[in-house]
Amino acid sequence: MSSVMTAETTEASEKVINQVQDGPIVVRPEKGVDIKMSAEGVSVFYGDKQALDDISIDIHSKQITALIGPSGCGKSTFLRCLNRMNDVVGGCRINGRITMDGEDIYAPRVDVASLRGQVGMVFQKPNPFPKSIFDNVAYGPRIHGYAQHRDEIEEIVVRSLSKASLFEEVKDRLHDPATGLSGGQQQRLCIARAIAVNPEVLLMDEPCSALDPIATARIEDLMWELKEKFTIIIVTHSMQQASRVSQRTGFFHMGVLAEVGTTEQIFQNPVDNRTRDYITGRFG
Amino acid sequence: MVLWCAMPMIMVVLCWLVVEPWFVRPIVMQTLGSVAGQQAGAPAFQYLEIRNIAAGVLPGTSASDAVMHAVEQYKSLLRTASMAFSVMFLMAGVLGFYRGYKKLTVDFPAREQVEKFVRFFLLASSMVAILTTLSIVLALVVEALRFFKHVPLLDFLLGLKWSPQVAIRADQVGSSGAFGAIPLFAGTLLIAFIAMLVAVPIGLFSAIYLAEYARPSVRSVTKPMLEILAGIPTVVYGFFAALTVAPLIVKVGGTIGLNASSESALAAGLVMGVMIIPFISSLSDDVINAVPTSLRFGSLAMGATRSETIRKVILPASLPGIMGAILLAVSRAIGETMIVVMAAGLAANLTANPLESVTTVTAQIVTILVGDQEFDSPKTLAAFALGLTLFCVTLALNFLALKIVRRYEERYD
Ligand SMILES: Nc1ncnc2c1ncn2[C@@H]1O[C@H](COP(=O)(O)OP(=O)(O)OP(=O)(O)O)[C@@H](O)[C@H]1O
Ligand SMILES: [Mg+2]
Repeated sequence: MSSVMTAETTEASEKVINQVQDGPIVVRPEKGVDIKMSAEGVSVFYGDKQALDDISIDIHSKQITALIGPSGCGKSTFLRCLNRMNDVVGGCRINGRITMDGEDIYAPRVDVASLRGQVGMVFQKPNPFPKSIFDNVAYGPRIHGYAQHRDEIEEIVVRSLSKASLFEEVKDRLHDPATGLSGGQQQRLCIARAIAVNPEVLLMDEPCSALDPIATARIEDLMWELKEKFTIIIVTHSMQQASRVSQRTGFFHMGVLAEVGTTEQIFQNPVDNRTRDYITGRFG
Repeated sequence: MVLWCAMPMIMVVLCWLVVEPWFVRPIVMQTLGSVAGQQAGAPAFQYLEIRNIAAGVLPGTSASDAVMHAVEQYKSLLRTASMAFSVMFLMAGVLGFYRGYKKLTVDFPAREQVEKFVRFFLLASSMVAILTTLSIVLALVVEALRFFKHVPLLDFLLGLKWSPQVAIRADQVGSSGAFGAIPLFAGTLLIAFIAMLVAVPIGLFSAIYLAEYARPSVRSVTKPMLEILAGIPTVVYGFFAALTVAPLIVKVGGTIGLNASSESALAAGLVMGVMIIPFISSLSDDVINAVPTSLRFGSLAMGATRSETIRKVILPASLPGIMGAILLAVSRAIGETMIVVMAAGLAANLTANPLESVTTVTAQIVTILVGDQEFDSPKTLAAFALGLTLFCVTLALNFLALKIVRRYEERYD
């Protein structure tokens, strides 16, 4: 941990975390940077097993933050903390504080369902519902009561599908089962489904791991567009992808956040040895 | 190797069992005949007597000398025979062993031979089941055809009156009998409908609870307990329905001014519904559990609550499987006999009032066939016709259910 701290003291943009760790918990956004979500000293346990240890990170608004790190280091676990999906995982316990726009999302009065409406999630494996393409995208708006009329919903569906650059491919078969789509199409459908509820933050857990390079490129383009409106956090195993799409990168290692900074800094001038080893491929 | 030995030995035993009586009997009877001449009593009876005395079942004292002589001979014959049998048995074993040993060269595919034998054995076992079923169906069809010689098919299927009393002798007074099966099927459907009204919601809700809400510890207790319901003999359900539920219905009906018969479709239906709950809950629980967790997470992550997730994603996804479970339960309800016989009555009323007594196809089959019967009166044959119709209906239901369940299974591969 000490190496991380010395590393971070040299990095001007990480003052916030430093303050969190050294002194009283004060979230003080830097000038010009909007902090959308912020984790302070988050630890996660599955039963007796600790999966995350004292994670503190700020997620900048309208930027793409990439989380990288070896398998099993807790990236997905951290992502699930941000929309409280860990609540439904049996035996999972969370310490620490996570805020969104300065509000504690684990406060008792928070409505988990509407939180998840604000923090959308795309899973590693495409998981369309066994319904029609249309109903998949309309699912969220209907649940949250965003639109009552058929044409309103239709408009949302068309808009979301076009944003996910899927509309052209499926416009003639909106009422066919979504399970009949290809893997890449299914994943874009899941993205369309997630953005249909107009979330503020979009969590993406290895969204391209099952996709070919072309579909991956389309989803990356899509993320570039979406970043204008949404705050995106993406977990990825691809260094190239992280460096291509993200503005900031966090490196997880065995349950701790070893290093976080701008993507350029992490990839060109990593301070932590473990980060350097991982990025240059010297990890097993 | 063991097989090579055992097979001839088993063959010998089988042959022996078949041959023994044929072989021993004439000899014994001959002696008996030659000593005592033609005596009273059928030879078969005498032979039986001899055997019984020899086995010590009958005391030998009362028998005549001739018989005793025969008994002695029978015994000695048996001794020689069983010795011969043992020798043959051993020889067969040795022969088999020898053959097996000679065959046991390096490239003799022993394991393949065993495989072949195993396959044959398994095939034979399954053939027994299939052939039995086929012969049952055949018997049903043949007898039912005989029935339809007496009563036209359409009268049977569309007739509104069921009173299967036929004058047995020409001079007997009585109706000529009516064989309209509609009241029976109506009764069956009424009771099955009431049963499903009970079983479907309760079974489905407990399945949802088990699959979605129950903690593993609760589930591991609750599920077996529900399944115990399936293990209770239907007779027990039957007298529960007749002695507890039916009087209760009469009483409750009385207080709110309804006139319930002491044997009612409602009583039978309610109890049958309880009996069927575990079918639906257990099968639906499996089906719901088969819905991938990723769908659950997907829906929850969209901001759906748990019950929204169940209503809008899980149930639609598992609906075909649940339909299959329900259809299986329906065919079970239609085939159920005991509860109906005990609690619903035997009067073939054509009614939709669940407080009246009705009867069902299965209950009628029972009443027709219990007691002494003439095997070619239309009354008896009617049972076969009813059985055949019932068989067709449940077969169709089962077929449909299995098809639906199977299609559902393919979906998540
Ligand atoms: N539901 C769970 N129950 C118990 N332990 C879990 C659970 N989910 C994750 N873990 C454990 O927590 C640790 C972190 O898991 P996590 O899924 O967050 O890793 P990850 O960084 O996403 O890995 P990957 O890159 O392979 O997806 C692992 O050691 C894992 O075994
Ligand atoms: Mg993961």
